[in-house]
Amino acid sequence: MRVFQILIDGFAISALYALGATGFTLIFGVSGVLNLSHGAIMVAAAVAAWAAASILNVGTYVGALVGVGVALLTAFATYFAVVKPIQDSRRIPNEEKEIFVLTGTLLWGIMIQELIAYFFTNNAKTVLPIVEGVVEILGVRTPKNEIFTAITCCLVIALLWLLVNRTRTGKAVLAASMNPRGVTLLGLELTNIYIVVWAIYGILAGIAGVLLGMFLGVSSYSVGPLTASAFSIVVLGGLGSVSGSLIAAFVVGYLETLTAYLVSPAYRTIPALLLLVFVMYIRPQGLLGRR
Amino acid sequence: MSAFFTSRLFFISLALVIIAATLPLYVSGYVLGLLTVAFYFGVFAMAWDLLFGFAGEVNFGPTFLIGVGAYTAGILNAQFGWSVYPCIVLGALASVIAGLVLALPALRVRGPYFGLTTLVAVLMLQNFIVVFADLTGGEIGLTIPDVISINAGTNYWIALGFMTISAAILYGLSQSPIGLVLQASGQDPVQAGALGFNIVKHKLAAFVVSAFFSGLSGALLVFYFGTASVGTVVDVAVGVNVIVSAVLGGRRTVLGAALGAIFLIVAGEFLRPTGELATFIVSAVALLVVLFFPGGFLGAALSREARS
Repeated sequence: MRVFQILIDGFAISALYALGATGFTLIFGVSGVLNLSHGAIMVAAAVAAWAAASILNVGTYVGALVGVGVALLTAFATYFAVVKPIQDSRRIPNEEKEIFVLTGTLLWGIMIQELIAYFFTNNAKTVLPIVEGVVEILGVRTPKNEIFTAITCCLVIALLWLLVNRTRTGKAVLAASMNPRGVTLLGLELTNIYIVVWAIYGILAGIAGVLLGMFLGVSSYSVGPLTASAFSIVVLGGLGSVSGSLIAAFVVGYLETLTAYLVSPAYRTIPALLLLVFVMYIRPQGLLGRR
Repeated sequence: MSAFFTSRLFFISLALVIIAATLPLYVSGYVLGLLTVAFYFGVFAMAWDLLFGFAGEVNFGPTFLIGVGAYTAGILNAQFGWSVYPCIVLGALASVIAGLVLALPALRVRGPYFGLTTLVAVLMLQNFIVVFADLTGGEIGLTIPDVISINAGTNYWIALGFMTISAAILYGLSQSPIGLVLQASGQDPVQAGALGFNIVKHKLAAFVVSAFFSGLSGALLVFYFGTASVGTVVDVAVGVNVIVSAVLGGRRTVLGAALGAIFLIVAGEFLRPTGELATFIVSAVALLVVLFFPGGFLGAALSREARS
């Protein structure tokens, strides 16, 4: 009984972590940007979906779309208002751009967080689930929403894989991640590729945010922890490696679920953090990272 | 170094300190209290700048070092009844030890990996504070029975003196050969290493110095607040404030970091009437500075002086 419960709950939370971290790692892989406003974009999506469905009464499906749309717009705003100006700036020395992108996106994330707190208060919001009710699987009563979350996450990640590996756009993105200068020699505009990547990122973060809002609920306080957990998963997996972050997401998700069920929910995150430190110590580039 | 004592920066700093020292004679206790906190944050930011600005390492864990110092001092006082000064000394020492423990794995990695290792340290500390609530007061915080002084003026002078001495030491260090090696290793670690400098040793030294001042400042702050809580000394948001202060004031200037911290805390207070938008406005201003004046306040001022 308990084994199945851990397996099912752990799978759902891991899939959600994987989706949340995929966009983050994609942007890093392609353009070297660590976007510290990641958590804020996810929360913005969830709050927008909540507001549309609960205040404007547009229904759960349209609400979810509004959430993803808001994430897409916020991702574009992040790129054009914060990341691109720093990358193009002539006043910032090249070797310091990474640090400025970190600081810039961190501040941008706080701005989004504060706006959400101002307009929608700090209270936790739970997005109305698209599917309701409970089913019994292997003797475990599981909310249908949890299964929906897990399936959607897996589908979206599979679609992303197809997009990157099987389409022309995807191949351009992949090429840009390997050799940005080479891509420009082929006549592709690097900025256009980055815009595509940020669009994909916005949609991924939006879906992850809305699902998170349905599954666990969010508040403006979730911003920091969400960014931190995406960051940890991505580093554990190896920066820029999508498959690495998928593995890391499942390791962290299951480790947390196991700890919560077998030890105590209070200790939930500690083993995962210890594991992270341990991996950093013996393999600083992460599980599947390139150096 | 000796050039500094004849530079304009030295005279401006001296004048500012003298003016600041006379403040308790004519401003209210409320303003003094605000500046007292700002001065302790100034030390946090300067200590952070020594590691970030010079060694080029993004340290997301300033609150780990601050928190260890603050909580060690607080716990010894509240749970074991030690008197104030030994608590402060041990707080600073504990922070140095914690800094060494953190630096050993963290310095093996660079860039984002270093950033994450230090961030994880903060998250672990938070978890331990919550888990060992009997000792630490958990999420509610720890009430500290003793204070250094109840007089607002005395507290203010202690904070000002502490910040001035810390600034002198940290600035001196940043201009010393050690600071130059740190700067070189931040910009090009391979070349700096090729010149025969032991980069890891220098960074370790920077980490330890940074930890000492962060921990000391954290311990003093605890005895000023009369409480130690995750929200005031360990929260990621506190770390963000420290980082923003240093970038805002001008990285690699040490003194700018203190200016940035004072600006941030005073601005936050002025914006209090705007309610919850205060943090939004401060962050927006900081972002504009990052985008348009990447050198920060002092960086912009110094480069103008250098040009003229």
